[in-house]
Amino acid sequence: MNEVILFALLTLGLLGTVAAVILYFVAQKFKVIEDPKIDLVDDVLPKANCGGCGFPGCRAFAEALVKSANVNHSLEGLNCPVGGNDTMKSAAAILGLEVEEKDPLIAVIRCNGSKVNSPAKIDYDGPSTCAFAHNLYAGEGGCPFGCLGLGDCVVSCDFDAIHINPETGLPEVNEKCVACGACVKACPRSIIELRPKGKKDRRIFVSCINQEKGGVAKKNCAVACIGCSKCFKVCPFDAITMNNNLAYIDPIKCKLCRKCVTECPTNAIHEINFPVRKVKTETSEETVETKKTMAVSHDNSNENPA
Amino acid sequence: MMKSLKTFKIGGVHPEENKRSANAPIQILPFPKQAIIPLGQNLGAPSKLLVKRGDEVKTGQLIGSGESFISANLHSPFTGKVSKVDDFLDSSGYRRPAIVIDVQEEDIWEDGIDTSAAIKREITADRQTIIDTIKSCGIVGLGGATFPTHVKLMVPDGKKAEFLIINGVECEPYLTSDHRLMLEKGEEMLIGIQILMKALNVEKAIVGIENNKPDAINHLTELAKSFDGIQIQALKVKYPQGGEKQLIKATLNREVPSGKLPIEVGCVVSNVGTAVAVYEAVQKNKPLIERVVTVTGKAVKKPSNFMVRVGTPVQQLLDAAEGLPENTGKIINGGPMMGKAITSTEVPVVKGTSGILLMKTEESRRKTLVNCIRCSKCTTVCPMGLEPFLLGKLVKMERYEDSMKERIMDCIECGSCHFTCPSSLPLLDYLRLGKQRAGQIIRSRK
Repeated sequence: MNEVILFALLTLGLLGTVAAVILYFVAQKFKVIEDPKIDLVDDVLPKANCGGCGFPGCRAFAEALVKSANVNHSLEGLNCPVGGNDTMKSAAAILGLEVEEKDPLIAVIRCNGSKVNSPAKIDYDGPSTCAFAHNLYAGEGGCPFGCLGLGDCVVSCDFDAIHINPETGLPEVNEKCVACGACVKACPRSIIELRPKGKKDRRIFVSCINQEKGGVAKKNCAVACIGCSKCFKVCPFDAITMNNNLAYIDPIKCKLCRKCVTECPTNAIHEINFPVRKVKTETSEETVETKKTMAVSHDNSNENPA
Repeated sequence: MMKSLKTFKIGGVHPEENKRSANAPIQILPFPKQAIIPLGQNLGAPSKLLVKRGDEVKTGQLIGSGESFISANLHSPFTGKVSKVDDFLDSSGYRRPAIVIDVQEEDIWEDGIDTSAAIKREITADRQTIIDTIKSCGIVGLGGATFPTHVKLMVPDGKKAEFLIINGVECEPYLTSDHRLMLEKGEEMLIGIQILMKALNVEKAIVGIENNKPDAINHLTELAKSFDGIQIQALKVKYPQGGEKQLIKATLNREVPSGKLPIEVGCVVSNVGTAVAVYEAVQKNKPLIERVVTVTGKAVKKPSNFMVRVGTPVQQLLDAAEGLPENTGKIINGGPMMGKAITSTEVPVVKGTSGILLMKTEESRRKTLVNCIRCSKCTTVCPMGLEPFLLGKLVKMERYEDSMKERIMDCIECGSCHFTCPSSLPLLDYLRLGKQRAGQIIRSRK
């Protein structure tokens, strides 16, 4: 009996030792030499794995940062929109470099074709996916550039930062937005744009991307940009460009003077988080993007089409 | 008898036929006051605009020219004045460039067009003249895909066409425009087929007709006796037999390889409507400006077939079929399987409009979507042998490269999978989206 136990122990022990020796040499042979900085940098990254930096996940971004630091001795062109300046600074500190401060961005919905502004003419009963609807028709309100309101952007968001407002039928971005750009890619109509958050979170933008002629655009939507060029003429900083019947405000040139906002005949230009004007009685709302829409839809909330 | 009939082998469904307008003779529709003629009526590049606002146009005058290789000429279907050139809503659901003509009641035809009803049987034109005439007359495939016919007739070097296959299947439920055309313009059609045979230099043509149209089969068999090389082939009723690959399989038992054209197996497929248009173009020099459109639906008071000039608003057709029924849920351009809902009755009839189907509200609604139960019905019915559930999932996950490996580009968008799915998954929508995205990837590689 004892012999059997002894034999078994010896055999297994011998096998184990042989395997351990083999494994030791194999491990030496196929050793992956990795820069220890990658782990350090990876630790300070937000671990959201959102792809906003353009790399597949935070680990890949950490590798790219270390590689760039070793090869180019700078971190130019690399940015983590989620972590922002703080993350980039601490990553740069690990690598012994410095980074420029970047203005944080936020997703902006450039459409205000709510259920009131652009009433539904067509009843869509297909699957709730913007990509399908975009293939099928111009949209319930008839605007071929406008938001379809079926929420591909909401599905794409990993940060719970974008939601469809059931009252307006339009997506709204909240303060959780990290500007990873997933919704920009998801929108089949390229309505969403990443714009600088601006000083004190104040922004001015044209909330329309309709390139049709004024009359046609206005027929489908009360708040469409009709390409009248009034804002273009009034802008003292040359921040506004007119292209294909559409105004675009360059966020870098714009000094937030708000002259264009009052000039716009269709209220297509939105100002966000500005203090109340003296002449107007509107109340400023802190977080709600589409301030004007809210005001309008409030008045007509009883007439909302089904 | 039924068992001996030919059909394609894999997949296919048999939806309710509902050919309600089969006995309604083709009526000529009165002219509208204003016609909208979209410039992009054919597959490929849109025609290039040749007229401007204020121009007087005659019926049959060239108003748009096909410049690129896959493109077709466009002719004015009416006599009148061009009142506008602008973007107008068409059946795609979007506004596209179109010519608006204020229609004058009296038709003044462009010189050189024979408008008499006499049938001209003798084919005098030679091969090249036939192709040139077909090109200049703007003939496109009238089965629905609107592929320019002259491009089909130019057989690439090294390939040889053996058979001309004429599609008289009309497998889409409800539609009867091809059926009526075969009955009423049978002789013109057969002459058109002979012209196409001459252009392709083939000896044999097969007209495939589904067995639910026995009158058309008998009528054409009788007529075909006096034409050489034209065979009328009765086929079993099965959707989508009108797809060119399915039709080749059904009539000749040949299989077109994946990603290849029918010419690979020595075939060229054309529609019966196209054959009639070819006859009119070559023998009468008449461009393609009108077509037969079925107006039908369960609630339609008078299901009819109309001879409609291109550019006529759908509203005009509905009025002629005694109005829009009250409980109409959807107006579909085309048949129930492959057609697409249009968003306004101002949408004009184009070269590719084969029917206008009015669906009642209750039948037009999409069914509630539930999860895939992996019953594999979609795989069984797919006539191309694909796995629609898998492709749908890959497209949903944006794995377009993988979907290409699973041969998404072979999908003919027949909608059999969507039709048969017990979970009402929007498989066709996924496949169409996937094909579009995969197409973009393929084009960007070039």
